Amino acid sequence: MTSVLEPSTTLELPPAPPDPVLRRPRNTQGFWGWITTVDHKRIGIMYGVTAFVFFLFGGFEALLIRLQLAQPNGTLLSADLYNQLFTMHGTTMVFLVVMPISAAFFNYFAPIMIGARDVAFPRLNAFSYWTFLFGAILINSSFLLGGAPNGGWFGYAPNTSITFSPGHNIDFWIFGLQLLGIASTVGAVNFIVTILNLRAPGMSLFKMPVFVWMTLVASFLLLFAMPIITVALFLLMFDRQFGANFFNPAAGGDPVLWQHLFWLFGHPEVYILILPAMGIVSEILPTFARKPLFGYPVVVFSGIAIGFMGWGVWVHHMFAVGLGPVAVSAFSISTMFIAVPTGVKIFNWLATCWRGSIRLSVPMLFALGFVAMFTIGGLSGVTHSVSPHDRQQTDTYYIVAHFHYVLFGGALFGIMGGIYYWWPKIFGHLLSERIGKLHFWLWFAGFNLTFGPMHILGLEGMPRRIYTYDENLGFDYWNMVATIGSFVIAVSVLVFLYNVWHSRRNAVPAGPDPWDARTLEWTIPSPTPAYNFAEVPEVHEVDDFWHRKYGEDDEGRMVKLAPPDTEGSLDIHRDDVHLPSPSYFPMVASFGLMVIAYAMIYRNYVVAVVGALVLLGGIYAWGLEPSSEPHDDHGHDGGGDAPHDADDGGEHKGVEPADTPDAALGVSSGTAEEVTS
Amino acid sequence: MSNLLARRRGLLVVVVLALLTGGCANSDKPQSYIAPEGPIARQLDRLWDPVFAIAAVFFFLVQGLVLWVAIRYRRRGDDDNPKQVHGNKAMEIGWTAAPALILAGVGFFTVINLVDLDRIPKGPEVLTVEVIGHQWWWEYQYPKAGIVTANELHIPAEKKIDLRVTATDVIHSFWPPKLAAKIDAVPGRINHMVLEADADDVGKTFFGQCMEYCGLSHANMRLKVVVHDAASFDKWQRDQAKKASIPAAGAPGATGAELFRTKGCGGCHTVKGYTAGQVGPDLTHFMDRKVFAGAIFPNDLDSLRTWLRDPPKAKPMDPDNGLGMPNLGLTENEINDLIAFLQTLK
Repeated sequence: MTSVLEPSTTLELPPAPPDPVLRRPRNTQGFWGWITTVDHKRIGIMYGVTAFVFFLFGGFEALLIRLQLAQPNGTLLSADLYNQLFTMHGTTMVFLVVMPISAAFFNYFAPIMIGARDVAFPRLNAFSYWTFLFGAILINSSFLLGGAPNGGWFGYAPNTSITFSPGHNIDFWIFGLQLLGIASTVGAVNFIVTILNLRAPGMSLFKMPVFVWMTLVASFLLLFAMPIITVALFLLMFDRQFGANFFNPAAGGDPVLWQHLFWLFGHPEVYILILPAMGIVSEILPTFARKPLFGYPVVVFSGIAIGFMGWGVWVHHMFAVGLGPVAVSAFSISTMFIAVPTGVKIFNWLATCWRGSIRLSVPMLFALGFVAMFTIGGLSGVTHSVSPHDRQQTDTYYIVAHFHYVLFGGALFGIMGGIYYWWPKIFGHLLSERIGKLHFWLWFAGFNLTFGPMHILGLEGMPRRIYTYDENLGFDYWNMVATIGSFVIAVSVLVFLYNVWHSRRNAVPAGPDPWDARTLEWTIPSPTPAYNFAEVPEVHEVDDFWHRKYGEDDEGRMVKLAPPDTEGSLDIHRDDVHLPSPSYFPMVASFGLMVIAYAMIYRNYVVAVVGALVLLGGIYAWGLEPSSEPHDDHGHDGGGDAPHDADDGGEHKGVEPADTPDAALGVSSGTAEEVTS
Repeated sequence: MSNLLARRRGLLVVVVLALLTGGCANSDKPQSYIAPEGPIARQLDRLWDPVFAIAAVFFFLVQGLVLWVAIRYRRRGDDDNPKQVHGNKAMEIGWTAAPALILAGVGFFTVINLVDLDRIPKGPEVLTVEVIGHQWWWEYQYPKAGIVTANELHIPAEKKIDLRVTATDVIHSFWPPKLAAKIDAVPGRINHMVLEADADDVGKTFFGQCMEYCGLSHANMRLKVVVHDAASFDKWQRDQAKKASIPAAGAPGATGAELFRTKGCGGCHTVKGYTAGQVGPDLTHFMDRKVFAGAIFPNDLDSLRTWLRDPPKAKPMDPDNGLGMPNLGLTENEINDLIAFLQTLK
């Protein structure tokens, strides 16, 4: 990363405007280099590592839950602690694991899959990460500060009201989710702008990789879904802190309003969790089957259709609330039909593999595992849509089984596949295939052993969210099996960690394209250089890289082409690419938000004002700080992006949509000649 | 287990898992809704069975295809240049339209059944019961007969009963799975639920539970439904409508009756004709009940003693915040006296 800083430009330049608060960080190495980074790849790695740590947290919570339920009348956990653990397990896995790991993939790969040098707003990206991290710390700190949230991840009113939950538990949940919501919304804006504006020349929307498409759809869902939960949480905050009565039936409020708001957010949220994994699988299957994705436009359109239809099914979480037959009928039908685009994807994935030349490498095992396991979750989902019978199923373990097949069998299988697939691009070496296969099979077996029996338990009438059950209900056997399964999953995660350690110790450079893959990120060296692309690529086809390597003969069979003459371009080392400078201020602003959140939890409004001042100070300093230091400039004296000093706080950098048309295409980022030509 | 194994949708899941575990459970399943015992639960099951069967067909289809492509099209030798197929419109239209048509059929029967099942029985002869969820027990009021009871719902067989379900504090959900599907008990709303039992069900006691997470002791909010024939239900109603006969001074239970007042029990519990508390369950005919405290303890001396020694220890509650019964700090003698009094409440 130092290569982008020009060593000779230290003191000769006219003095830059003094930083109003802090000296501009210059170091891109070491601890402070990570703290102040605005590089999408480093932020992606930080998102991934943080989310993985919380995956271990959430997994540990799950193991405690399973130990408690292994036998009837379990005594390991108290009722109160159990309620905290199941609430935090759900909250953690949704908001602190699957969403941020998806954000990690968006961050690292969306730019290099579309031929960009960074995201559209790099400092905003850092702000997203820090706000996410602080929100995650805040919500988990509750374990040490008197008790974690205990109202369920759905936080139904009026159980979460001050009357029935007088402690601070629910306040931690409210403000933790508010911070995470800010992080997600800001991130969504950044990804949407990046994908729409920074694609390499020639990459029309329908030449984008499917992963980027699914990222785009998920980002739009985030953009519209997060404000709904934000509003709901504000209403709840007003009820709890300022005596409002939005959800208090005694004063004319309505607890069902909370459910509508929560699920109007919560159901699109399910698609936010699953669409990125669907995108990952849509990249892995063609690569390892050595065939193009079957029906690319259909897969993309079905993703978009899911994105739209996902807004019209939320009441299926509420079939037992008593909304009357008209509403319930309408949402039964819409829920049934959202299975159609999902089914289309599954058949298209299978057709992609059909008559392929399938290499069962670890990413492919996870991708095929995704197709198989997600299908089970989808099918049980269809059985829920029969609303009269859903009133039998709802709130039983049959539902727990269903959504774990969707979110674990789906999202986490896809994410694991993505980790194995893209690991060499991030770290320069492959993960061990041998250990990876052990990981996969333990993971697969443990998953089915844990969540398969939950179908049976649910059909036998075991309710969710209970810390204990009687021995006369017949739940013993399958609960024990599920608990054993959960420890098999735990072992598989240890195997994965061992694989990471082992593969790093025995690292062999993987080269730029270890899988003979299809998309642009494999055209650049591994690990990815700071500037991503030495030359901004030009795109002609879907899976452009593949088409540079292979053609088709008359029968449609693939034929290897002569290696393109750009082979040597991998060795080009650029130290003249203009990149945004690191900054403290995104983190300062996020820190201010966390101070506000803690102050609000403890009703200390003076400290909240201090936090607000830190936030405003951070934003103000951020606004005054040019995105790139003038003395870091590399002769950008012409073209549209010269007036750095007049930077209005928007994120101006080479790759970014500045005020010239070519900049808006994301091609202005190269050398000065490119910009001025 | 055998009756579950015989069911094809049970089979689907069980086979997969039996392969992995080589075993299966063998005990009663009193909350199993795939073994329904009342006409409503049976109608639901008949509606769902074919949907499960359709799902099972797709399950085997997709799993089979995944295995097939993984085995049949696994790379062998040098054959590494498969035909590049980019799509096929006809096939894609096919696998869009076919599931859509199947689902349209499923949707049709779903709506028909939904409208049928949601029809509230009307008329002067219909028995109405108010079902009220509390943290963490169920209250039942029979307005016509003037009965208030708790945890055990008594119903006559072969009649459609209109349950009017609500709650006083947070949201609960009333669920007797072998008889009918659940309905939420939402404070500020009254939801209707139709309950019906067969002649076969007479004399049986059905299990159930609160199904909406309702705070600390959600797991301990269980319920029973006791089915009577017409004659025994009438008798039960007449008995329940009576006032309690409070033991006269010197009679067994008289000391306990006095303690019931002085220790504050009566401030929360009604004993009709004696105290009028409105917080906890009505205890007028306590000894008629087989279970107590959210139907988690059998109504016997040992359980009562354990309960009265420290209720929040026996069942997690939060009396400091007004949720549930506090520990009254009773001595062993006081506990014995109180139990003696409770035993007079027949």
